[in-house]
Amino acid sequence: MRHAAARNASALVTGLIFGLGLAISQMVSPRKVLDFLDVTGSWDPSLLLVMGGAVAVAMLAFRFVIKRGQPLFESEFHLPRMTKVDRRVLVGSAIFGLGWGIGGYCPGPGVAALSAGSADALVFVAGMVLGSLLYRRLAAPRG
Amino acid sequence: MSIAGFYRVRQSGVANFTPVSALIGGALIGISATLLLWLTGRVAGVSGIMHGALLQRRDTWRWLFLAGLVAGAGVWLWLSPPAAPPRAGYPTPLVLLAGVLVGFGTALGGGCTSGHGVCGISRLSVRSIAATISFVLTGMLSVFIVRHLFGLAS
Repeated sequence: MRHAAARNASALVTGLIFGLGLAISQMVSPRKVLDFLDVTGSWDPSLLLVMGGAVAVAMLAFRFVIKRGQPLFESEFHLPRMTKVDRRVLVGSAIFGLGWGIGGYCPGPGVAALSAGSADALVFVAGMVLGSLLYRRLAAPRG
Repeated sequence: MSIAGFYRVRQSGVANFTPVSALIGGALIGISATLLLWLTGRVAGVSGIMHGALLQRRDTWRWLFLAGLVAGAGVWLWLSPPAAPPRAGYPTPLVLLAGVLVGFGTALGGGCTSGHGVCGISRLSVRSIAATISFVLTGMLSVFIVRHLFGLAS
């Protein structure tokens, strides 16, 4: 396939920038994330600004990117086809939130925290893989 | 929870609000998501990239993105080592349970904080906005249960 090497290099570089952003904003620290969710205790609004900063940049830039009609190294955009608010997205996200609040990791920071060499993050990522396999066994749409 | 433990949790909150590094880090995440979409047409949703990597092991770009995530965070932690060591001593079964719920929930819900929370909201997707409200609310609920009802400091 054309541009496969360019796509792979792009993925590596964007992954690096993403990981850098998560570490600079301290989102790799579960305590920092849990403090954001702890509205009745030691609330720390930092995570709100991380998301706000990311959304501010992406909201402006995505328009220009999508307006181009085609990505640079790929024939089409792979945007989600689902747009409806259904039970799957609400229940799935609710389950994700419960786990987020217990562990203090969401997928990005969980993977990025592997770099700190913490056993904690390793157990979390192993759990995520298990959850992903469990989903495929139990709840994935057939066909 | 002991008084000392309560004080420690208290201290780690608003007193530790870090608006500047949060905005810089957030902007980098936004730049990363923009570049990935522009260059490869893919959405920078970490859970989606991970589930896809497990399902389609030959999708090299997915593994490279995840490797970059680890390396990028590693570079920063190496340049600027955090004052506090990584968390240790939080009950392992709870961390494992958290991982399973996050893995299962993001697969069912089709995204996480990055895919729905950053990319979806940036495209003003109603589905992603609903997802984000859902996981932030249950996240707050579960922190309330773990920290305040069970008194586990983390």
